[in-house]
Amino acid sequence: MPKITYVDASGTERTVEGKTGMTVMETAIKHNVPGIDADCGGACACATCHVYVDPAFGDKVGKPSAMEQSMLDFAENVRETSRLSCQIKIRDDLDGLRVTTPESQH
Amino acid sequence: MTPGIRSRDEGMSGAPQRVVIIGAGQAGGQAAYSLRLGGFAGGITLVGDEAAPPYQRPPLSKAYLKGELEAERLFLKPLEYYAEHDIALITGDAATAISLGDHAVTLASGRTLAWDKLVIATGARPRKLALPGADLQGVSELRTLADVDRIRRAAIAGARLVVVGAGYIGLEAAAVGAQLGMKVTVLEAMPQVLSRVAGPEIGAFYTRIHREAGTDVRLGVRIDGFEGIGTVSGVRLADGEIVPADFVLVGVGVLPNLELALEAGLVCGNGIVVDEAMRTSHRHVFAAGDVAWRPLVHYGREGRLESVHNAIEGGKLAAAAILGMPPPQVEAPWFWSDQFDLKLQTVGLWTGADQTVVRGDPGTRAFSVFYLKEGRVIAVDAVNSPPEFVVGKKLVAAKAKVAPGELVDKSISMKDIGARASG
Repeated sequence: MPKITYVDASGTERTVEGKTGMTVMETAIKHNVPGIDADCGGACACATCHVYVDPAFGDKVGKPSAMEQSMLDFAENVRETSRLSCQIKIRDDLDGLRVTTPESQH
Repeated sequence: MTPGIRSRDEGMSGAPQRVVIIGAGQAGGQAAYSLRLGGFAGGITLVGDEAAPPYQRPPLSKAYLKGELEAERLFLKPLEYYAEHDIALITGDAATAISLGDHAVTLASGRTLAWDKLVIATGARPRKLALPGADLQGVSELRTLADVDRIRRAAIAGARLVVVGAGYIGLEAAAVGAQLGMKVTVLEAMPQVLSRVAGPEIGAFYTRIHREAGTDVRLGVRIDGFEGIGTVSGVRLADGEIVPADFVLVGVGVLPNLELALEAGLVCGNGIVVDEAMRTSHRHVFAAGDVAWRPLVHYGREGRLESVHNAIEGGKLAAAAILGMPPPQVEAPWFWSDQFDLKLQTVGLWTGADQTVVRGDPGTRAFSVFYLKEGRVIAVDAVNSPPEFVVGKKLVAAKAKVAPGELVDKSISMKDIGARASG
């Protein structure tokens, strides 16, 4: 099963086993990884599951959809590598994916 | 001080020792999570009358109804979380009485739970229609996982679904029904759909969308009862017409589950009355979620909100008050609804608006409606328009003044409108 590493704003790392088809957000919630709120539960409606994707995985993870991009456009502390983790589905080739959570989701 | 004479309210450290939360939905769950996140070291008991642990309700009328999600993916936290965080989760058992004098809650199973602080997050229940045949098989509400599991068995292509009530839940279910190939009829008593939550522009748009999907949307109709022997076979209208049905979904609003609070002597109106910290008329008792009648700080009045945002915020506020920590920022109320390929994102409450401004063309399936009162933005409905929603959140929170001429001009970006708005 693909392993996902979550790094929080202070640098603490947590590596958990993801499941193909589940999202990076759901995987964080399932493993009690702090730093991802996901108020809307993955409906791409709230932008509280913002993460920075490790540039090494940027191409594999891909670009946000138009809807996601416009939510991100207005989130706090957005960077080139920002994604909403509820919109990243885990695949086998994302094994080893590293994402960093921002200091705050609000 | 010996344990024998120490105050029931406060432990040795001054912090409360036992928190009981009744209602294991989004608000009750959040209160428990936020207490632990905030470092609360005492006992937490979370009691719910449903079989499942706290779960997300919004997908029930959307992706879950459509069969795109397994139940477990709705859970707010995995089951192990509760044991790992020392939260005693009691499911399938309902609170039946609250004693403020004894600081105790009695459960249907006969158990009694003692508390130093109590959080009431008992939610709301679907309003039932007091009409003949309302208890026939095949007439259902949609509130719980169990409801939807039953509805899903009836959701077969070709079957006739009649939805009574064109609110968010009714329309979301109607959209799923149409997408599954059901023959869908929507019956609404008011002259527009979504009349309680949105203005006429949004209502007209969604009526058209559902009609284009083949759904028979009937507005301003009164129903007299349900036909059928044992199982529902139709809905009888006031004019005598019978709309044939294999399944009827009734979505005509909810009633707050405040009876326990009322019987206990807490001050209630159309909800349990709380202050800005979600504290009830008893200083050790809090209420959160659908059941709470709370100050709507952006509107200078009080009311009850039925939403995920309200549940999460109420749970966090109650936990902060119990912990003696600073409260989180109170956001302008926000909501969303998924129907077909359309995401409706709403911020604010539009009631009382004296002007509405439409930005964008509803014909493109991406537009928004700004609701103004005395020139200030009080609410925004954004259809497939996240920038309008996100900037709208800030405008509503700031009670910002904007020029209607700028709002209708799509060549002016929402970023610019947000930057130019005056508070």
